[in-house]
Amino acid sequence: MTVPMDAAATSPEAGLPDEPPLPPLGSIGLLRWMWRQLTSMRTALVLLFLLAIASIPGSVLPQRGTNPLRVDQWLERNPGIGPILDRAGFFDVYASPWFAAVYLLLFISLIGCVLPRIRQHAKAMMAPPPPAPRRLTRLPVSREFTSPADGEVLLASAHEYLRGRHWRVRRGESSVDGSTWVAAEKGYLRETGNLVFHVALLLVLLAVGVGGVLGWKGNVIVREGNGFSNTLTQYDAWGGGRFVNPNDLAPFSFTLDTFTVDFERSDAQRGAPRLFEADVTYRSAPDVAPATRTIEVNEPLDVAGAKVFLVGHGYAPHFIVRDSTGAVVFDDAVVFLPQDGNFTSTGVIKVPDASPSLGFNGLFLPTAARAGSGMGISTFPAPDNPEVLLAAFRGDMGLDSGVPQSVYTLDTSKMVKIGLEPLVPGGTWTLPNNSGSIEFTGYERWASFQIAHDPGKELALLSALAAIVGLMLSLFVRRRRLWVKVVPAAGGGTLVQVAGLAKTDSADLPADVLALATALGDDVDELRSAP
Amino acid sequence: MTSVQLAQASNAAVYASMLTLTLAMICFAVSFAAGRRRPAAVAVSVESVESLGSTAVITRTPEVADRSSDPGRRAANIGMSLTWLAFLTLLVGVVLRGVWAGRVPWGNMYEFSITAALGILGVFLVMSIRRDLRWLGLFVVIPALLTLGLAVTVLYTEAAQLVPALKSYWLVIHVSAAIICAGAFTFAAATAGLSLVRSRLERKAGTTEIGGWASRMPTSERLQGLTNRVIAFAFPLWTFAVVAGAIWAENAWGRYWGWDPKETWAFITWVIFAAYLHARSTAGWRGNRSSWIVIVGWLAFLINYFGVNIFVNSLHSYSGM
Ligand code: HEM
Repeated sequence: MTVPMDAAATSPEAGLPDEPPLPPLGSIGLLRWMWRQLTSMRTALVLLFLLAIASIPGSVLPQRGTNPLRVDQWLERNPGIGPILDRAGFFDVYASPWFAAVYLLLFISLIGCVLPRIRQHAKAMMAPPPPAPRRLTRLPVSREFTSPADGEVLLASAHEYLRGRHWRVRRGESSVDGSTWVAAEKGYLRETGNLVFHVALLLVLLAVGVGGVLGWKGNVIVREGNGFSNTLTQYDAWGGGRFVNPNDLAPFSFTLDTFTVDFERSDAQRGAPRLFEADVTYRSAPDVAPATRTIEVNEPLDVAGAKVFLVGHGYAPHFIVRDSTGAVVFDDAVVFLPQDGNFTSTGVIKVPDASPSLGFNGLFLPTAARAGSGMGISTFPAPDNPEVLLAAFRGDMGLDSGVPQSVYTLDTSKMVKIGLEPLVPGGTWTLPNNSGSIEFTGYERWASFQIAHDPGKELALLSALAAIVGLMLSLFVRRRRLWVKVVPAAGGGTLVQVAGLAKTDSADLPADVLALATALGDDVDELRSAP
Repeated sequence: MTSVQLAQASNAAVYASMLTLTLAMICFAVSFAAGRRRPAAVAVSVESVESLGSTAVITRTPEVADRSSDPGRRAANIGMSLTWLAFLTLLVGVVLRGVWAGRVPWGNMYEFSITAALGILGVFLVMSIRRDLRWLGLFVVIPALLTLGLAVTVLYTEAAQLVPALKSYWLVIHVSAAIICAGAFTFAAATAGLSLVRSRLERKAGTTEIGGWASRMPTSERLQGLTNRVIAFAFPLWTFAVVAGAIWAENAWGRYWGWDPKETWAFITWVIFAAYLHARSTAGWRGNRSSWIVIVGWLAFLINYFGVNIFVNSLHSYSGM
C-alpha cells in the first residue's frame, strides 16, 4: 500500500486558486483582476510556453543579426511569403516586437509575482514557527506513543534535539486542552533561493539590456603586416548601442605581425582547421609602450575594455598592373573572401588609374584543380598549388557616380569584358588590345577580427551564477514543520504526539518525524498518515 | 599499444557494450512479459520508508512465498548486471577513444553519442543504487542502444584532432554537464512516459493496484515523483551547462549569446523544463500534463542534439560528418 501525501492538497498554505474567478465589473476592479491574472502561476506557465514557441522560427529561418546574406537569398527564393514574413519580423525574431512582448509580459508577471513573495517571505523569516494545530494526528505524517518520562522533560529534550539540527524552535501551551508543545520549522532557504533565482533572472535581462545600449561590436580584416587602430573609419562593419559615441572609442591599436594556419591532412576530416594563430603587437593607448601577444580562437586579446577575437582568415593575392607604357598603375594585395571550406576565394581588383579604367573579377584557388566541367576548384584550404582565374573588364566602373561601392563587387554594367586567364604566382597576363598587363606576384594572408565591448557581461555572469545557486537552494532545500505535543496520559506517564508538515515537498518528512520520535524514546514501527 | 590497436580496441569495446546491452534488453523484456502472470502486489509488512519527489511512500513489500521462483525477477536481475557490464565496457571504449585521439573524446558526433549513451546508462545505474529500478531497465537500455546504434552506423568518424574552436577547457566543462543532462532527461522522459501509461491503466482499472505486466512498475504517482527528482537534479545542471556554454561563446566568438540555432534550442529546452517546474505547482497541471511537458522538453533536447548538429547551418556544427 502506498500513501500519497501531496502537500499541496493538504497543506493549509497552498493557497493558489484553482480556477480564475470571473472578471468583476468596474474599471478599477477590472484592472486589479487583470493584474492578478497576469501575475498568476497559470499565466507564467502559458507565457513560458509562448516564449519557447516564439523562439523556434529564429532557429529555422536565417536571421539578419547573424547571417544577412542568407536572409537575402531566402527572400529571393521565396518572393511570395518572404516579404510577408519579413514585415512580421521573422528574419529578426529576437528583436521583433512580438518576441519582446512575450518576454516583457513574462518579466512583468515575474515582478508582480516576486515582489509580494519577497514581502511575505521577509515576514515569515521574522515570525516564529506557528503553534501546534489542535489535532496533530491529522497532519500528513504523525506518530503517537506513551512515554514514562515527564512531559516537560520530553519537550526540553525535543527542543534541544531540534536546535542542534538547526531548526527554528518555539515552545507554547494550548489554551484549549492544556497541552504543551514545541513547534519547529526549517528550510527557509528554499523560498530565499527561489526569490534569488527569479530576481537574478531579472538582472540577467537587465545586463543584456545594458550591453545592448552601452556595448559595441565591429569587424575588421587586417592583412599580414598591416595595422589597425580603433576608430570607426577603420572598421568594415561596426554597430553600437544607443548610448555609445562612435567617435569616442578607446584609442588602442595593433599590428598583425604574422598569421599561422594549419589544416588536417589525414583522411579523417581532411581540410578541417587545426590551428589559427595571429601574432600581434598592440598598444592600449597611443602613448603606451607596445606589447606582443598571440591571439587564438579561444584566446582573445583583452585591451582597453574591449576584446579582440580572431574569427576568420583568408588569402590576399598580390597584383601589379601596368599600363600600355609599362608604368605601374596598381601594386597591392587584395583581400579575397573565402566561399567554401577549401578556401575557393573571390575578389575584385579595381584599377581606376589606368585609362580607360580596368577591373578584374578574380577567383583564388589555394590548391587548384579542374572539375570535370573544366571549372577551376580548390581541393584543399592550404596554398599547395595556388592559382588565380581572372576576368578582365575595361570601361567605366561607376566609381564617380557618388554611390558608395563595395570593394568586393565590380559593377560591370558599363564595362566590356576583354578576356579570361588563369595565372600562377609570378605569372603575367598581357591584356588584349594593348591594355597593359597584370602580374600575380604571390599572396598574403589576412585575418578577420571581431572587436567587442560589452559592459553588461560581468553583471550577466554574476546574475547567472546567482540564479544557479538560488535554483539549487530552491530545488534541494525542503521547507517543513515539526510539532511535539505532550499531555499527561490517563494511566500515568505522558502521551506524546509528533507530527510533521511539508510546505512543498514532503519527501524528508517521514524520516524527520521518525528521527524525532525515536530521539524522544519511541520505538517506532509504524507511522500514521493522514487519509 | 599502437594507434591502430587503440582504435580497434575502442571500437571493439563499443560493439561489445552494444551486444551486452542487447542481452540486457532481452532480459528486461522477459521480466516484463513474466509480470503478466503475477498477481497484484499484496501488502504485508512495512519494510522501508522511501521518499520520492513530492510524495512520501511507506513501502510494504509483498512477501512472495519464494522470490527466486519468480522468473521475471530473476531476468531483471540478470538485466541489471548486464547493464552494469555494458556500462563499464562502454566506459573503456570511450576512454580508449580519448587515448587514441590524445584529447577528451568529445570532438565529433560519434564521440558525443557514445558518451551520451554512457551518460544515459550512468544516470540510470547511479539512481538504481538507492532504489529498485529494475522495472525501468528496458526503457533506459533501449534509448542507450539506439544512440549507440546511430553512433556506429551513421555518425562514425575516425578520430582526428579538434577544430580550434573546440580547443578549450570549457569543452570539458560544458560538454560533460550537457552529457549528464542527456542521461537525466532521457531517464526522466522514460519515467514520465511510463507514468502516462500507468496512469491510463489506473484510470481504467479505477485503482492504483493493477495486475498484469504493468504491475512491475510503480504507481503513476511514484513515477511522477521520480521524474520530478531527476528533473530537479538535471535542471540546475542544464542551467549550468547553458551558462558555461555562454562563457565559452564569449571567449571564442566575442558574444555570450547570439541566438545561434544551437543556443536557441538550448534555451527552448531550458524554458520547457522551467515550465515543467511551474506546472508542478499550478492547479490543473500536475500529473499527466507535467509528464507531457517532460517528454516535450526531452524532444527539444533531441532536436538540439541531432537536428541542429546535422541539418542546420550553425556555428556549433561539429558533427564531423
Ligand atoms: C522568466 C520567467 C521565469 C522562469 C524562467 C522561472 C523559473 C522557475 C523555476 C526554474 C522554478 C523552480 C524552482 C522551484 O521549483 O522551486 C520556479 C519556481 C517558481 N516560480 Fe518561476 N520562473 C519564471 C517566472 C515566474 C513568474 C512570472 C512567476 C509568478 C507567477 C513565478 C513563480 C514561481 C513560483 C511561485 C515558484 C515556486 C514553485 C515551487 O515551489 O514549486 N515564476 N520558477
